[in-house]
Amino acid sequence: MNTAHHYDVAIIGAGMAGLAAGIRLAHFGKKVCIFERHNAVGGLNSFYSIDGRKYDVGLHAMTNFVRPGVKGTPLGKLLRQLRIDRDEFALCEQKRSRIAFGPRGETSLTFTNDFTVFESEVAAKFPSQIDGFRRLIALIKTYDDVSLGAVPESARAVVRRHVTDPLLEDMLFCPVMYYGSATEHDMEFGQFVIMFKALFLEGFARPFDGVRVILRVLLEKYRETGGERRMKCGVQKIISREGRASALLLDDGSEVTATHVISTIGAPETERLLPGSSLSALSSQPAPSGALSYCETITVLDRQPAALGWGEDTIVFFNDSEKFTYAASEQQVDIRSGVICLPNNFDFGPGRELPEGLFRCTCLASYDQWAPLPEDVYRADKTRWYADIQRSALRFLPPLPSPATLAAATIATDMFTPRTITRFTGHAGGAIYGSPVKLRDGRTALSNLYLAGTDQGFLGIVGAMLSGISMANFHVLQPKT
Amino acid sequence: MTKDETKQAVLDIIADIAPDEDISNLKGDIRLRDQMQLDSMDFLDIVMELRKRHNIEVPEADYPNLATLDSCAEYLTPKFAALGK
Repeated sequence: MNTAHHYDVAIIGAGMAGLAAGIRLAHFGKKVCIFERHNAVGGLNSFYSIDGRKYDVGLHAMTNFVRPGVKGTPLGKLLRQLRIDRDEFALCEQKRSRIAFGPRGETSLTFTNDFTVFESEVAAKFPSQIDGFRRLIALIKTYDDVSLGAVPESARAVVRRHVTDPLLEDMLFCPVMYYGSATEHDMEFGQFVIMFKALFLEGFARPFDGVRVILRVLLEKYRETGGERRMKCGVQKIISREGRASALLLDDGSEVTATHVISTIGAPETERLLPGSSLSALSSQPAPSGALSYCETITVLDRQPAALGWGEDTIVFFNDSEKFTYAASEQQVDIRSGVICLPNNFDFGPGRELPEGLFRCTCLASYDQWAPLPEDVYRADKTRWYADIQRSALRFLPPLPSPATLAAATIATDMFTPRTITRFTGHAGGAIYGSPVKLRDGRTALSNLYLAGTDQGFLGIVGAMLSGISMANFHVLQPKT
Repeated sequence: MTKDETKQAVLDIIADIAPDEDISNLKGDIRLRDQMQLDSMDFLDIVMELRKRHNIEVPEADYPNLATLDSCAEYLTPKFAALGK
């Protein structure tokens, strides 16, 4: 047997959750190794280069932003637990964002990192709903969303008790679902509360240089604390014996052993490493893959969006139809709704701007329709849908002088599809938000294998890092009683 | 180590795990969690840092002894002494 290495903790996946868990464990003296199949860290929130230009994936904005001095929020907990000074992330706040509904975005709710702006928008646009809306906010503020044992409840049902106008209801659900829901049509109320706080009661920010700043800080901390990582070396099999993960078979054919194993790659993805056994300790059903995937177009501009009259909006959540449908796309892409991100429109400080303009649009897309396409058809379809997605999104931004204006300003384009997501992150079905079934306590059928990250159920990048922290604390660091 | 030095060792830990808290005027006889925003994750970290920095083990049953700075001093000073500190 060539089990030359034994670790206190082996972590599968070097995304936000894996890195955060690794920092905690290494800080407290555990011998930790992170195994990552890809050549880059970050998982679903990473970056890549084409022609010397760096592109972020995943991150439109970091949610959960609060200003210094605001305590008891996820961002503060994260910084404390990882011993990160908030200046290291150098977060810059959004200017403003909007939820725009109707064929031309006729009904629009603006919000900023100051919640009173959103509240007064609701009061102005939906005067009959404001009292119910305020009751809903009071409920959200007092709800115990981090309880690991809460009884699941339909978010739509709870929200309808307070908000009776279906248009306002859909407008509240659209951003919350797009930024984190792994379930179609509805979500669990606890998950809704986490996302609602993250988006509206807290807010949006980003480092000037995007997600790579956050990854750089995490990697540096992990290195300082003495953690090891193996890149381009995933885990191909978890070998189980007597109800425990007894060894990990790595992609290079070698084996390692570990006292504890934390998998951050998702529930169905972890289950595939366990031939013949079910992952969940509670159910013999296989962990379901998520049905929700996305396409995103990225357009690089030779000028700031402000020069096109788009200087105000940071993020725009849009929907053109009477009802907002958050479900597996029936076509290759569902362009009725989506999210526009203009990364230039964060407040980077006086005279400080990103060197190029960026215009990103995200829509729901069908993994099943993108995955099997032959390469030439895949490329042609990308070109076609790129134009359709962009055309759809343009309806919700201030109009351009002429349809040729945008093309003239464009210097590079890229696009990802559900197939890209699976290829680079290993997520089954291109499901960014993972399985609709979350394992909140992280326990699995194997006593020393725990789940963290997307399928543990804390959402967003701050949520992913807190998930890694919580699972490391709960299963490895805390004394067992 | 005197009781005051023990208190300082605890304050040093709190300053590192909660750098956003003002610890300059903490009262010795009032619960730390009533004077600062400290949750159970932070208390776990105080325990873990005592082990990491000073080799002091605090069993879970003894966590209530860490409630105030005064009780920390009462409880931890003999433990420091036992280690020859």
